[in-house]
Amino acid sequence: MVRILVCVKQALDVSQLKVDSATRRLITVDAPKKISDFDKNALEEAIRIKEKLGGELFTATVGSSDAKTTLREALAMGADKAYLISDPAFENSDTLVTAYVLAEAIRKIGPFDLILCGEASIDSFSAQVGPRLAELLGIQLITYARKLGLEVDAVIAERNLEDCIQTVKAKMPVLVTVTNEINEPRIPSLMAIMKASKKEIVIWNAADLNVASEKMGETGSAVQVLDVLAPKMERKKLIIKGETAVETAEKLAKALIQEGVVGR
Amino acid sequence: MSEHRGIMAYSESKDLMLELLGKGSELASKLGTQLTAVVLGHDVEDQARELVSYGAQKVIVVDNQQLKEFQTEPYLSALAQLARKHKPELLLIGSTKRGKELAARLAARLNAGCVPDCLELKVDGKGKLLVERIVYGGNAIVTQIFRGKPQIATIPRRRFEKPEHNAESQGEVIHVSDIQLESPRTEIVEVKPIEIGETRIEEARVVIGGGRGLDKKEDFKILDELAQILGGEVGYTRPLAEDRKWFTEWVGLSGHTISPELYIASGISGVIQHVAGIRDSKIIVAINKDPEAPIMEMADYIVVDDLYEIIPALSKALKRLLASA
Repeated sequence: MVRILVCVKQALDVSQLKVDSATRRLITVDAPKKISDFDKNALEEAIRIKEKLGGELFTATVGSSDAKTTLREALAMGADKAYLISDPAFENSDTLVTAYVLAEAIRKIGPFDLILCGEASIDSFSAQVGPRLAELLGIQLITYARKLGLEVDAVIAERNLEDCIQTVKAKMPVLVTVTNEINEPRIPSLMAIMKASKKEIVIWNAADLNVASEKMGETGSAVQVLDVLAPKMERKKLIIKGETAVETAEKLAKALIQEGVVGR
Repeated sequence: MSEHRGIMAYSESKDLMLELLGKGSELASKLGTQLTAVVLGHDVEDQARELVSYGAQKVIVVDNQQLKEFQTEPYLSALAQLARKHKPELLLIGSTKRGKELAARLAARLNAGCVPDCLELKVDGKGKLLVERIVYGGNAIVTQIFRGKPQIATIPRRRFEKPEHNAESQGEVIHVSDIQLESPRTEIVEVKPIEIGETRIEEARVVIGGGRGLDKKEDFKILDELAQILGGEVGYTRPLAEDRKWFTEWVGLSGHTISPELYIASGISGVIQHVAGIRDSKIIVAINKDPEAPIMEMADYIVVDDLYEIIPALSKALKRLLASA
């Protein structure tokens, strides 16, 4: 029996983002959102552990009220109960605030043996909240796990550190961040989706967590966004076409020599 | 807040550490402050001297048997204590996976802001630090400022130039021994080294990229041949590494970010994550059968044709033209 919590984020669906080419601004109003991909891997891993060993599986998010959709998806995949930590005062929070609010919520929900997070979120990709959370809770941390195994009171994980593959062991309670190599997340059945609609979503605001107002939102944040712009893309877009492939290749070769980017 | 002064730089990667010193020196002179490098390890005196010759005005050395191998908690506790004592306004940390975890946890301990993977760090007219990073899967660049100090920024590999070595440089080396090191909280059970290729794709002047338009791993030999003629390297897209398991590395936002003189995208559709990794290339050529592929939108030269015909013909043409030039 293990008590597991999976932290999830409702992220902007970056594959569907559109840019206003005149202003280079992203069109974020009504932009589609979805559960961050790596969080699904975290959920899948948690579900597999629960299926094998039994226990309780909770999920939590800090987000706006529409993040309920993300929690429903997590419940449909197999989480037992969900927590939505939501307050207008949390808007524009940075990772410092988000981790703090999440830590306060976790203290209130009760202790966990295992907390899983995605390695990063698909939209901001800062990989901050998981490690910060482990520090705030004072528990062990394993980042970038691509394989995870459980022992009686410990976890063993394999991580790719670019120069080596490392296998590490940590006593529970432990927070583990996972990469997308760890598993293939399940797609919930219609039946599971229907059952999920009956599962509980607890909603807490700032007052429920006793979070001081100066520690929330922009006021509490240590990093502030000044500007978000699509990168400049100015390319020649010249089409090279000959009668035959050989002729096309010849034209291209000459163009590249003309540019001075080959043959020095 | 205003008591925070100076820049402190640390990376467990020696190469990246030098790159931090390059950018760190520039920022230190703009901010009118000093650059301090931190060396953690065992028997590291030579390293400390070397960092002075690469521009560190001060080097703080924590030399301890417990720091012989990188383990997060002892390293983290050393850095946190140094940061509390010396109160830098800016901490630059190398953005390896180890470094990113270290920076995030350090930020939590110091109750500080942390901006990972900064592609640019600038000082505005008021002496405030502005940092830029890629977000939204390569769709946007965000500019951020810090609201408190210390400010923590992590910097990816090969983003900034390694500074010139100058044996004449003067700097102070300080040995610190009154540090309480925490014991590791995870146990390393096994380490399998990964062979890292001799050549670095980031340094190549020409890169031939191959994507899903290549049917078999063996077909890469036509790209290899072209790369050889141009003295370049061959790169791959993420699906070839992750889905087809042909390779272990890839070019793109989550892999290698490159900026060669010439990038030839062959059989690459051009998803935004890949594009984010090649955006700074001087000239981009797209070879793809599909005229609608997104890569066409960001190419200088577009060839709508079969790469299996174009690439060998291009190799032949270039070989001949370059030989006669």
